[in-house]
Amino acid sequence: MNSLPVINPAQAAGQRLRERMFRGATFGAALLVLLLLGGVAVSLAAGSWPAFAHFKFAFLTREIWNPVTDEYGALAPIFGTLVTSFLALLLAIPVSLGIAIFLTELAPVWLKRPVGVAIELLAAVPSIIFGIWGLFVLAPILQRHVQPWLIEFLGPLPLIGRLFQGPPFGIGVLSAGFVLAIMVIPFISAVMRDVFETVPDVLKESGYGLGATTWEVIWQVVVPYSRTGMIGGIMLGLGRALGETMAVTFVIGNAHRISTSLLAPGTTISASIANEFAEAVGDLYTSSLIALGALLFLITFTVIAAARFMLMRLDRRALSSV
Amino acid sequence: MSRRALRTFYNLLALGLSGLATAIGLFFLGAILWTLIKNGLGGMSLSVFTAMTPPPGSSGGLLNAIYGSVVMTLIGILIGGPVGMLAGTYLAEYGRTSHLAMVIRFVNDVLLSAPSIIIGLFVYELLVVRMGHFSAIAGAVALAIIAIPVTVRTTEDMLNLVPQGMKDASTAMGAYPWRTITSVIYPAARSGIVTGLLLAIARISGETAPLLFTALNNQFWSSNLGAPMANLPVVIFQFALSPYPNWQKLAWSGALIITLSILVLSVAARLVVSSLAQGSKR
Repeated sequence: MNSLPVINPAQAAGQRLRERMFRGATFGAALLVLLLLGGVAVSLAAGSWPAFAHFKFAFLTREIWNPVTDEYGALAPIFGTLVTSFLALLLAIPVSLGIAIFLTELAPVWLKRPVGVAIELLAAVPSIIFGIWGLFVLAPILQRHVQPWLIEFLGPLPLIGRLFQGPPFGIGVLSAGFVLAIMVIPFISAVMRDVFETVPDVLKESGYGLGATTWEVIWQVVVPYSRTGMIGGIMLGLGRALGETMAVTFVIGNAHRISTSLLAPGTTISASIANEFAEAVGDLYTSSLIALGALLFLITFTVIAAARFMLMRLDRRALSSV
Repeated sequence: MSRRALRTFYNLLALGLSGLATAIGLFFLGAILWTLIKNGLGGMSLSVFTAMTPPPGSSGGLLNAIYGSVVMTLIGILIGGPVGMLAGTYLAEYGRTSHLAMVIRFVNDVLLSAPSIIIGLFVYELLVVRMGHFSAIAGAVALAIIAIPVTVRTTEDMLNLVPQGMKDASTAMGAYPWRTITSVIYPAARSGIVTGLLLAIARISGETAPLLFTALNNQFWSSNLGAPMANLPVVIFQFALSPYPNWQKLAWSGALIITLSILVLSVAARLVVSSLAQGSKR
């Protein structure tokens, strides 16, 4: 006969202590995640304070950026950030949608995984690699073959012609948008693919049962069902594009001015910081660059938070249907 | 054209375009890899791995940069990995659906997509300004901060895959949660957690922006964590934009090395996961 195990009070107390310690360690690490975001916000606010105190609201509305006279305005980098990201989305959304459709609805099973992994690997390539590739490979091609064509055929058009004026530099806002597009395609298409896969088969089968073609099922069943998740994925891609640094720094030309032409050099918030921060002398110069960082943080935080919120609702729906 | 033929036509057109989109995505991956191999292989020689970064015009290698990258990535993952694993454990096993856990999960997702240059600015304010100079340890901390959200996310996902029955069995035997987690859940999720760490290493080893004004760069050999340290991404950045052919050549070699290592890491991480999936099926 085995006797019942006897609980040793000292041993039990030791177990409870270890439980408290382990639980405390995991809790502390989890709080650290919160602290990190808080710390980032506080340090950016503190660092940018001198610039905002000195230039007041004009920091946001002036184009001037002159380290010699110590006058700084954020308008050109903000403009460049928004324009390059918008261009990137314009080019990336249709391609990403196509990839997601191909991977979920079209590709034979044996092809799905290798193609999916290859697209994911494109996301793993570091941004500096996109930068040197953009500068040494893409920019010359755009300069020689694409931009002259744009200038000749789109330049004379009313209104949109103004976007395609000036000499073909190769580097500039258009090239930056192009490189950004390639970089965000894997992110957007990965989210869209995951979202499409949550569409219940019954819905699609009903579509096919009514005699719809594959495209009609996609466009009238899959896409409407996954609209929120798709927008979330696009905004996640937008968050990437807004904050992307190295790739843009290589190809945008780093000129602190606003130009209506997409072929002209420009700058973005992140490119300005990357280019100038290590060499910035003077407190106001450094503070102005940190203020740019704070603006970038605000913009991307809003976009990413909205994206995550949309995707979170989607997750819940996906979970509740399981 | 009849309505039916028109619908068929639209169908083929749309599906053809989606195939084309996939081809475009794959084309760019191929184009980038091809450029790297074409330009990087030419400059690849033993001296790349044995000599220091040279001054303009003379020959040299990338040894100090490779060393610096490895050191800072390792320290980054040694700090960020455990913190991320613990936080992921909290979310999966203790916090679960509590309000605090939801907030932390959300904040972690935001950090996951936050621009890395912002992290660089944060560490600059936090460490570089206080210490008064750029240092390798500041670079490693910046990389750790980028590794944390990646590890938190994968750890939580992987712990959630462990069957509830295993946890219940352990609890039924009288084990405290810490015992269940360390003796049952961690071993069961081991390969998943390893995958997460590999992905985090892949993510931080190519990061450039957060190192620009934390670790800066160093033309010479340095193993002093309190001083600026050379690293591959920043050397590539500096050398590629320089007008000197020997520097540009080294930049391409560095780019090839870094990309190949990251792709190998990413593929290895996926192989670990798929072997895990097959193992659980058996």
